[in-house]
Amino acid sequence: MTSTPPRPSGHRTIAVTSGKGGVGKTFVAANLAAALARGGRRVLVLDADLGLANLDVVLNLFPKVTLHEVFTGKSRLLDAILPAPGGFSVLLAGSGLVEYSRMTPELRDRLRQLIDEVEPLFDHILVDTGAGISDVVLYTVSLAGQVLVVVTPEPTSLTDAYATIKVLAAAQGRRQIGLVVNQTRRPGEGRMVRQQLQQVVDRYVSPGLDSPVRLELLGELPADPAVREAVQRRELLFETMPGAPAAVALAAIAGRLIP
Amino acid sequence: MDSSTFPPLSVPPALRFEQALQLLAQAGREVPKGQAGSPAWLQELIDALVDLSSRDALTGLANRRAFELALGREIDRVARSGEPALLLTLDIDHFKSVNDQWGHAAGDHVLKAVAATLLECVRPMDLVARIGGEEFAIILPSCASAFGEAVAERVRRRLEHLPVTISHDQRITVTVSIGGAYAPQWVRSKPPLWQERADQQLYLAKAHGRNLVRIEPSAMPLVSNEEKRLLFDTYFGHDHE
Repeated sequence: MTSTPPRPSGHRTIAVTSGKGGVGKTFVAANLAAALARGGRRVLVLDADLGLANLDVVLNLFPKVTLHEVFTGKSRLLDAILPAPGGFSVLLAGSGLVEYSRMTPELRDRLRQLIDEVEPLFDHILVDTGAGISDVVLYTVSLAGQVLVVVTPEPTSLTDAYATIKVLAAAQGRRQIGLVVNQTRRPGEGRMVRQQLQQVVDRYVSPGLDSPVRLELLGELPADPAVREAVQRRELLFETMPGAPAAVALAAIAGRLIP
Repeated sequence: MDSSTFPPLSVPPALRFEQALQLLAQAGREVPKGQAGSPAWLQELIDALVDLSSRDALTGLANRRAFELALGREIDRVARSGEPALLLTLDIDHFKSVNDQWGHAAGDHVLKAVAATLLECVRPMDLVARIGGEEFAIILPSCASAFGEAVAERVRRRLEHLPVTISHDQRITVTVSIGGAYAPQWVRSKPPLWQERADQQLYLAKAHGRNLVRIEPSAMPLVSNEEKRLLFDTYFGHDHE
């Protein structure tokens, strides 16, 4: 084959990313997956935080077969796709694989093939990327039709989310980026964060581009003691406390993701 | 205490305490005080030996072993904290010709002078190491990417103007080339990869004519102060009383 066809994924594959680590990216990915699965969708969470994966910790799963075994040819892809507690499937990276800390042509091909192979099997694929904007993170995001940036209302998270949005707009031609504002302290704070980011994007990012970048607020997750509790017990909030404010918000976000 | 006479030892000779004490004395270190063989004495001895084996004998800087340990610790810290950490590797330009022209004793003077100056140029939290013949490295934790260039440039300039007295009537000056790279944030990596990236920049600095600084460009786009102001001011200014 001489030409690479455009990615057929459309909006089926969603990258969940964040500029800064520790803002709840994996928590959002896992619970969104549970919410989507509750709605009868077949959902896969692909743990693409290749260097510092902790989806296994969030879900309390410690499988022998991970992405690493698939990439090294020790296991078949289908054997590495495991059922997770929330009624969705996961493909775990396994922690601490330093060989994936830098992008290589080989890793590029493997990741792309991987998405191509799993896409026909699921309604939605959530890609839990690493934090930051290393070339590995940027590439995994580029494989997804939709991007969702998780941000918390604090200066470092805002700055890093903004830097991420800037790169995604310039390097990947993204013009529509979803925002999930985590750990809001009062209602409406998510809207303010979006507005603030949008304002700076309008002023400093969009003018250099062919068309403006639009940030879409998918929802805000209130700072919620139930979240902390669920995380510490290594349970899915959406499963164990579906009535908690953050869980209700996650269900609403899932609804917004499905056209 | 006179370092050539050690207290009589009541410990088995197979443990080679004599040799350990001789090594400390040779390095000009204090030998442990107190009752030979007592726990406190042993602790002091071990501490002194650990320190001795972490330092470069000529310059007193951290040696390659200590440097590699520190680099490993720092890369793990950055992986999770996301804090920016800079590694600089430095090489004295044309050091071989210093040795050839003025002799190895002169070369040693140069190495010591460079080491002392490097220590003066950095913060106490930074680690300065001699990692090879005329090769040095500095680990700078929590060094924002906006400052990396300035720090390295300050080091380069300080050394450029440093006269080294190599004999009573002879002073020479040397220059250094400096390469730098930031630790990968939010991702598990390993020390050799980080050092390789800094060394690559050092190589470029050499190739572009020496007495130069080259820092690997950061992947994170710089968010200017104006952008930050617009990002925070209204937000954290008005609404977070």
